[in-house]
Amino acid sequence: MPSFAQTLRAHQLDLVRGATQTLQVNLGLRCNQACRHCHLEAGPARSELMDLATVEAVLAYALRGGFTTLDITGGAPEMNPNLERLIAGAVRPGLRVMLRANLTALGRRGPELMEFLAAQGVAVVASFPSLSPGQADALRGEGVFAASLDALARLNALGYGRQGSGLELDLVANPTGAFLPPAQAATEKRYQAEMKRRWNLSFNHLYCFANVPLGRFEGWLRSSGNYDGYLERLSSQFNPCAVADLMCRSLVSVDWRGHLFDCDFNQAAGLPMNGRRIHVDDMTGLPPLGQPIALGDHCFTCTAGAGFT
Amino acid sequence: MDNYYDPSDLQQFARIGEDAPQLAGKFFDYYQAVFAEGELSAREKSLIALAVAHTVQCPYCIEAYTKASLEQGCSRGEMVEAVHVACAIRGGASLVHGMQMRRQAEKVSI
Repeated sequence: MPSFAQTLRAHQLDLVRGATQTLQVNLGLRCNQACRHCHLEAGPARSELMDLATVEAVLAYALRGGFTTLDITGGAPEMNPNLERLIAGAVRPGLRVMLRANLTALGRRGPELMEFLAAQGVAVVASFPSLSPGQADALRGEGVFAASLDALARLNALGYGRQGSGLELDLVANPTGAFLPPAQAATEKRYQAEMKRRWNLSFNHLYCFANVPLGRFEGWLRSSGNYDGYLERLSSQFNPCAVADLMCRSLVSVDWRGHLFDCDFNQAAGLPMNGRRIHVDDMTGLPPLGQPIALGDHCFTCTAGAGFT
Repeated sequence: MDNYYDPSDLQQFARIGEDAPQLAGKFFDYYQAVFAEGELSAREKSLIALAVAHTVQCPYCIEAYTKASLEQGCSRGEMVEAVHVACAIRGGASLVHGMQMRRQAEKVSI
């Protein structure tokens, strides 16, 4: 199988940075779950959390860089005590703040955090891999499906995902195994209809993302004998048209220590932005246009089919 | 060759076009058109194909349409129900042929 870099060359494509608009912040690897598809191997045993000094450095960079989106992720970002400071310090006109929420951790934090997110107008993007409780729990842990439904109901009650509220609630569906996700538009319609019918729940958009062959998911792929077949499946679906819109071209990702990467997956792969470790404090502005993106074969995940946004 | 069935045959399906490329071309064009979105969705077609694969008991088709159904976002529950549809039709077909048996038996019996 040709490498990702070879595949780009064969299509006479370069993967380089465009205009950077999104600052993605990974608040740490601590999580109340240990999902089997997690590329960062986040879990309850992990102690890595972004400290307050780094959060302040990130906030200063968010302002300095003039980003239009702040994308907060983890682990479970709800488990970092500095989450509220990051949001409160970032919110300003023209900046979209989105939280990649772990619904179970969000639910456990009580009503205060959900109410705070609503008051700040934070968009919530939540993992909801399957409409099947058994398949969802196989991926994310026993009881996660039911707890996620409960958290979604509470978000809906606050207005999230309800028409006209201005509070955005998006879901992310990952395949529950070594196969590619379904087409997004048709699946979104089906999820919206089924979630309304079965649980009277609503949301705005569904994103269908393929699992990235890194971290805990890579471990499972290898131990189950699925690794080679999955990589071949991803590479066979390489879509040259997806390259222009890859998120790494417009996003910079900060890890819990404040170091910069082209994306969250490159954090997991240990591939720093521009090939060297740069701290957010050392960035005077946005990464330059045309700067090459650090590549690995996991990049096939984002170019398979319609791509990954 | 130790087995009649070899999983790698599936990846080499296109080789059926060797020696008769025009016929294979017509078949694969038709095949692709059949599975495109139409009055039935690609998702519905994958479940029909999965059921038929069990009826014709083709291991290649079962592998291909198990994966295709998963990639169309079908749940395990939906896939198992599709297999039961195949099973019900096969079982029902046997039973309804019992009417032939009954007529034959009645014709020659006092």
